[in-house]
Amino acid sequence: MAVTGRIHSFQSMGAVDGPGLRYVIFFQGCPLRCAFCHNPDTWEPAGGAEYTVEQVMERILRCRGYLKRGGVTATGGEPLAQGEFVEELFRRLHEEGIHTALDTSGAVALDQAKPVLRQTDLVLADLKFTTEEAYRRYTGGSLRHTLDFLALCEEQKIPLWIRHVVIPGLTDGEENILRLKELLRPYPHVERVELLAFRTLCLEKYRALGIPFPLEGTPEMDRQRLTKLEQLL
Amino acid sequence: MTDCWSGFRPGQWQETIDVRDFIQRNYTPYTGDESFLAPATQRTQAVMKKLNNLLSLEREFGGVLDIDTTTVTSLLTYKPGYLDKDREIIVGLQTDRPLKRGVNPFGGIRMVRSACKAYGYELSPQVEEEFRYRTTHNDGVFRVYNEETKAARHCGLITGLPDAYGRGRIIGDYRRVALYGIDRLVEEKKADKARIGQEEMTEENIRLLEELYRQIDFLGKLKEMAAMYGFDISAPAQNAREAVQWLYFGYLGAIKEQNGAAMSLGRVSTFLDIYFQRDLENGVLDESGAQEILDDFVMKLRMARHLRTQEYNELFGGDPMWITEAVGGMGEDGRPLVTRTSYRILHTLYNLGPAPEPNLTVLWSEQLPEAFQRYCAKVSCETDAIQYENDDLMRPIYGDDYAIACCVSAMRVGKEMQFFGARANLAKLLLMSLNGGKDEMKNQQVGPVTEPWQGEYLEYEEVTRRLDFYRAWLARMYVNTMNIIHYMHDKYAYEKTQMALHDTRVHRYMAFGAAGMSVLADSLSAIKYARVKCVRDPGTGLITGFEVEGEYPAFGNDDDRVDAIAAEQMKLFSQELKKHPLYRGAEATLSVLTITSNVVYGKKTGATPDGRKAGEPFAPGANPMHGREKNGAVAALNSVAKISYDWCKDGVSNTFSIVPEALGRTPEERYSNLVSLLEGYFGQMAHHLNVNVLNRQTLLEAYEDPSKYPNLTIRVSGYAVNFHKLTREQQREVISRTFHEAV
Repeated sequence: MAVTGRIHSFQSMGAVDGPGLRYVIFFQGCPLRCAFCHNPDTWEPAGGAEYTVEQVMERILRCRGYLKRGGVTATGGEPLAQGEFVEELFRRLHEEGIHTALDTSGAVALDQAKPVLRQTDLVLADLKFTTEEAYRRYTGGSLRHTLDFLALCEEQKIPLWIRHVVIPGLTDGEENILRLKELLRPYPHVERVELLAFRTLCLEKYRALGIPFPLEGTPEMDRQRLTKLEQLL
Repeated sequence: MTDCWSGFRPGQWQETIDVRDFIQRNYTPYTGDESFLAPATQRTQAVMKKLNNLLSLEREFGGVLDIDTTTVTSLLTYKPGYLDKDREIIVGLQTDRPLKRGVNPFGGIRMVRSACKAYGYELSPQVEEEFRYRTTHNDGVFRVYNEETKAARHCGLITGLPDAYGRGRIIGDYRRVALYGIDRLVEEKKADKARIGQEEMTEENIRLLEELYRQIDFLGKLKEMAAMYGFDISAPAQNAREAVQWLYFGYLGAIKEQNGAAMSLGRVSTFLDIYFQRDLENGVLDESGAQEILDDFVMKLRMARHLRTQEYNELFGGDPMWITEAVGGMGEDGRPLVTRTSYRILHTLYNLGPAPEPNLTVLWSEQLPEAFQRYCAKVSCETDAIQYENDDLMRPIYGDDYAIACCVSAMRVGKEMQFFGARANLAKLLLMSLNGGKDEMKNQQVGPVTEPWQGEYLEYEEVTRRLDFYRAWLARMYVNTMNIIHYMHDKYAYEKTQMALHDTRVHRYMAFGAAGMSVLADSLSAIKYARVKCVRDPGTGLITGFEVEGEYPAFGNDDDRVDAIAAEQMKLFSQELKKHPLYRGAEATLSVLTITSNVVYGKKTGATPDGRKAGEPFAPGANPMHGREKNGAVAALNSVAKISYDWCKDGVSNTFSIVPEALGRTPEERYSNLVSLLEGYFGQMAHHLNVNVLNRQTLLEAYEDPSKYPNLTIRVSGYAVNFHKLTREQQREVISRTFHEAV
């Protein structure tokens, strides 16, 4: 029987999730519960709708003319939580000559990630906090494990784009950004570090889901300050 | 003559009038980037400052700076005029003073009278008197129109017809003036006349002979007009500055003579590049000098004006001239037609600041040099002033020396012309089909009488059957109307200057138009896939409202169920138009283009079965209705790409607005992503795309405080416009359009 995946939604095109224009797939289900998550509607693994790889491919191929300089990005949720499906999807995309990017926090068993990484051209890795303590407290995940995941990507020689959300009062200190830089030093495959501004657009989603937003009251990140922090990298 | 042509590679172009052959043998393709471009010189800045002052004065005066109400515009009726006589490089104005408008009653005197009145002037008694004894185009048309046409016009089933002003959409091959000089062109026309004089004297030949007489007459006037400015254009241009000046004189003659709705420039930049290149190689010009000539030329184009009425401005907002210049494209031999001057003309948007005119139109091909693709995308992101049309789609049909008239109408330069026909309101046609041929707003019988729809709910099969009947009626009436208009235009307002710059025997298109495509498609989709209940007016019994029960697939979501309906409706209308004989053997074509008339069309149309309320604007051109695109920009683009150019050979216009952040993080990423978007869209053989990269917030601020962005230029259906020249209603409609926040 064909492997199926649970998918929250599709965005026919994204311009900010990897290089070029990209078809973006939001997978359903995530093991983490990050306090600043902007897609809480993708947490629950039973949500979304079920698709076969071919059904997803059909959608993507309708847009293929736009993807020459871009490709497809799997995000979520946590796409690695549905590794078997993503692996098969990426394999099919490679048959069609389409670039694949995986937007992940790496929060699954490394053995589970390996076969997917073999079909992945670029990893967009979320590095959420720079200390083990904050990592556990605000995401439920582990910095150590994330770094191990980066090492696995290194080993497989996959280019890495690191993404770090800058939250006022939590991660917007200069020392935090410098620590991030330090943490990434052993990974020469890191091509780019993107600092993303914390935004409160997702508040509506939390309200609709009836989930309290843990960072309620935190202001949006100031763009100018973010530009300053970017210079530290 | 040999002197003027020295350094050029000889060929067929010397024997016959063949500008394309000259270009192909002599042009130098350029595949590099924009780094060679020169900034505005001090002279250019000073003259531009002067022009900007005049432009803001014109704004303060309510849009029209001055009208000469006593002089009928033509080639020789005004003394020479200058913006800055001592510093100008390219000279020539329509009247004797910059931005002053002349009166042109040949299309119709009533229109001129009311335009003068609208701006606080009165048409001089002298002109009134003179035209008492003259038949205008408008007089001719109304002598012949039948009641059916008058009713269809009155209720807005057909609107914007060129029956009271110049039809435009004819592109003189102004390059011929520069390459050959007037004397040679006259010689060729005289030879044609002598030859045709030996043929059978059929009605067609007699008409053509008289037209040739008038063409030759006006070529003489063109020479005289140039002489008034101190130039002898009887011989070919000898250098780049002369080439631009000669060419501009040709264009200037055309706009002095005609007030056509759209007066395109054609495809001149690569032609002119040959002259620039020769001067650069001979060391008599440098880059800064070349750019300066072009900057000055474009300044002149930005000063071109026609006097219009308020009603006209409602249809075609923003005082447009559609001085459309087609840039780029590929040659049939596979070499890009991109030259340094393709860059230079785009660069005027930086040296002079963004502006809607000339209407710069990039002929897009996937084979265009990458550096040029990127530069175009950059210009789009930074100025919102250019549009794109698919060269890979048009080149196989028109060859590699076609240009664009108005917004999206392709034609071979100097070899083809079109009879412009505005558009029919297909959403209204649907309502008329339900109401037994009556107009739903005016309760007036317009089409043939049939029994109105009796049922409570609409049924797809029966509704489309009725639509078939009324479509056939509309097509016949529309064709008849157009035949009358163009017969009379040829008779009373023939384009002497422009047609003198065409081959004597030309191919003619008759360009019909459709408005309300997405409303029609969504309405039919609602009837087919949801349930649509009719609401009748208790007084008249007319169906004037609809209740939609359930969901239906809407155009703009890449959903074949409804996209196929839109495509089919265009095909059916086009097929129906082609069934009728057309004036002068023209070929019927169809466009899906509204300019800004989508607002007026909406205003004149009752509620529609898609849930649109009475009076609400349509979407522009072939765009999906605002807010109904739920699957992002690409899905919307894919839907429009399904409207086949085979049936809509006069163009399928799509306007696309996106916020910069959605296009990428850095400027370079945005350029590259915009190139990908164009590639993906045009790769599906889509025809046209207007690109706006801006935030709705900017428009809102400009709406509230016009002084904040005085030069805000945006693309609307098929052309660019200064936001402040739109009516408040048009501005609101533009603001309400979908701005894609994700691609």
